Amino acid sequence: MALFNLKINGKSYKADVDGNTPLLWVLRDHLDLVGTKYGCGIAMCGACTVHINGEATRSRVMPVSTVANATITTVEGLSETAEHPVQQAWNEVDVPQCGYCQAGQMMTAAALLSKNANPSDKDIEEAMVGNICRCGTYHRIHDAVKLAAAKMKK
Amino acid sequence: MSNIQSRRDFLKSTATAGGGLVLGFSWLTTEAFQPKVLNNTAADLINFNAYLAISPSGIVTIYSPNPEIGQGIKTAFPIIVAEELDADWEKVKVEQSPLDTKKFERQLTGGSGAIRHSWERLRKAGATARAMLIEAAAKQWSVPVSECSTSKGFVVHNSGKKLSYGELATAAAQIAPPKDVKLKATKDFTLIGSSVKGVDNKDILSGKRLFGIDYKAPGMLHASIQRPPAFGLKLKSFDATEAKKMPGITDVVSFANKVAVVGKTTWEVMQARKAVKIEWEKERDLESSADHDRIFKEMLNSNTATVQRKDGDVEAAFKNAYKVIEAEYQCPFLPHSPMEPMNFFAHFKGDSIELAGPSQTPQAAQGQIAKMLNLAPDKVTIELTRMGGGFGRRLNTDYALEAAELSSIIKAPVKVTWSREDDMTGGIYRPAVRYRFKASIDKAGNMTGYMLHGASINAGNSTRQDNFPAGAVENLLIQSNDYKSPITTGPWRAPITNFLAYAEQAFLDEVAMAGGKDPIQFRLELLDKAQQSPVGKITYEPNRFREVTKLVAEKAGWNKKKKGVFQGFSVYFSHASYVAQIAEMAVVKGKPVLKKVYAAVDCGIVINESSARNQIFGAVVDGLGHAMYGNITFKEGTPQQDNFNKYRLIRYNEVPEIEAHFVNNGIDPTGLGEPALPPTGGAIANAIFKTTGKRLYNQPFSEQGATLG
Repeated sequence: MALFNLKINGKSYKADVDGNTPLLWVLRDHLDLVGTKYGCGIAMCGACTVHINGEATRSRVMPVSTVANATITTVEGLSETAEHPVQQAWNEVDVPQCGYCQAGQMMTAAALLSKNANPSDKDIEEAMVGNICRCGTYHRIHDAVKLAAAKMKK
Repeated sequence: MSNIQSRRDFLKSTATAGGGLVLGFSWLTTEAFQPKVLNNTAADLINFNAYLAISPSGIVTIYSPNPEIGQGIKTAFPIIVAEELDADWEKVKVEQSPLDTKKFERQLTGGSGAIRHSWERLRKAGATARAMLIEAAAKQWSVPVSECSTSKGFVVHNSGKKLSYGELATAAAQIAPPKDVKLKATKDFTLIGSSVKGVDNKDILSGKRLFGIDYKAPGMLHASIQRPPAFGLKLKSFDATEAKKMPGITDVVSFANKVAVVGKTTWEVMQARKAVKIEWEKERDLESSADHDRIFKEMLNSNTATVQRKDGDVEAAFKNAYKVIEAEYQCPFLPHSPMEPMNFFAHFKGDSIELAGPSQTPQAAQGQIAKMLNLAPDKVTIELTRMGGGFGRRLNTDYALEAAELSSIIKAPVKVTWSREDDMTGGIYRPAVRYRFKASIDKAGNMTGYMLHGASINAGNSTRQDNFPAGAVENLLIQSNDYKSPITTGPWRAPITNFLAYAEQAFLDEVAMAGGKDPIQFRLELLDKAQQSPVGKITYEPNRFREVTKLVAEKAGWNKKKKGVFQGFSVYFSHASYVAQIAEMAVVKGKPVLKKVYAAVDCGIVINESSARNQIFGAVVDGLGHAMYGNITFKEGTPQQDNFNKYRLIRYNEVPEIEAHFVNNGIDPTGLGEPALPPTGGAIANAIFKTTGKRLYNQPFSEQGATLG
């Protein structure tokens, strides 16, 4: 066990855990940030996606010891009241069915849009292909990414 | 419960701990109405009935009893209540009700049946409260009720004066609910049929604690459970010495052929579980996929089939046929793979137990847990969390019972979380089935005989003997065999029909083409026959079948000879709804590419258009993805696919354009969680045949060389 200082969503957190503990489980079990989801454990589904220094990253495969000095953003850090343009777009397009994968979907989309304000369909496809939605909301995810891009340009 | 019973309804009052006047709507007993107002009425919530309360501030709280799994029921139910109440949707707050068998019935997610079963009572819940509010206003104004109307949360008098529902709530709740209440004409609906965003959207999108896996309680421990790794094995012995020494571990216990590692965090218990040394032993023969192939053959060649339906003389029809067409189709076992793996929280307290988690069937879980722990059912409480999908998996209660049993052993609050590997290999699969079809046609291409023999592993009757084309063919035989395997199976979104529809609709295309008939014309002729002179009993309405068929043909431009486009048609009736689909493929650089799927849907009145479209699109994607890629195989009882690196789910870049259309017939609503899935596999298979000339007899299609482009 060791004490890790973590910078998450602009706040400082402390977690006394084994350094090998995946960031996902530190967020969920130790820091009460449960918006980031467990889906597969092997970085195949994208449900656990967060931003580490701005990059969309699978938190389940990041040992907490490797992110101690990083800037981490989770879905709660987009906006706790769902007012980030990506969250707004996801609501306006009414994307969710079960909703379980959508935090990961939005984190992937938000990382894309922070780097590419005007993504082509191909750019969106390349970014989103790693996130599975078992309910099959892919069409609405596409529409929501487009809408979010438009909102962020304003 | 039948619709007939539901029309003989009346009101029944029950008291709840929350206080106020609560009316349960019971359609099952004949108790007289007895209003009861409790003294400890909560200050801000004035209950009108089991479904709704109004606060003096004007906020209308609507309780949604059915478990939300992504089908949109938590939004759809309140829409219906709010419509008849004439509430202002902006002032509606929706609360998930826990399991409450006294107030509600059928708190179940399954069979696409929630709207169909609750439509009338939800309307009455809203309309009754509306009538009470009008009466309260009329009394206050000393005017006849007939001079009052309602609009968006207000009772309005002819003179123009008005009172808000909030202002009237306290007085209105004292009025005896009317036994007969007039419901709105469907043409006056304003909320029903519009597009309403999911009521949980903002909580989902900001990462709030909503799902079972997010559940937390004071002092809660976590558990990871090792179950038998192969179907047919049982626990022989285990050694947890090392695991118990690992950080955070509080206990390792065994029950029901499982070993549970209990500790302080999810990660710690998952890690320690790997350190438990376990020996398993054979309980019965371990099956491999090759065994299943042999078992299918044996069943189809046996003369032990159960006859499910027999019309006319199918053997004579085959003998006298101009042509006989025969084919076999097969579908594999499938896991459900909801994105949220199985999990459940349980806290055993000696004489009661509290549970929380994702369940499609909490009432069944309650009864089974009560029996297992020797408790009265009302000592078993279940909080219904939002479910991260389920697709039928959560109609099984194994994971809730397991948590309850574990908590009763360790006497502590505990949440059991399954890993993805546990979820995919822990059983409850869609059954595997092989179908043999045989049909005869006359010289004109008319189908004179039809035989279906379903051979299944743990599916029971794998046919739907009274569904189309039964009723449309003079000579028909539907029969089935089932083999009991240790591989556990259960309902999978659109049970039976999710594979039967593909096989049947592909085979009907074969029959149509053998007789030189257009596939749609062929089916329309059969439906005409079923409409005009049905043979025996049928469960479908041929006319509604025809309408969706015609609508999809019109929208997709069937037979309009679009250049370079190949179309495949399919239509199916399931869960009281009718869905027709046309898949369009093109050849791009020598390869077939799935371009578009059209869907025409008759689910009666659409409650929430945005949600309905989402369900249709999702079901098409689901049907397509699993037909293309889904397969679980076995080697000596062990599932060979355990995670998404070996089990492929459809992804963002693989979905075609989808266009959905509704038949607007004003008929009472049915359901949409499942019915748009069954036709998809057949439409794709038929389009692939048109494009490549290759008939796909087995799922998954990808293993037969099919690609989507």
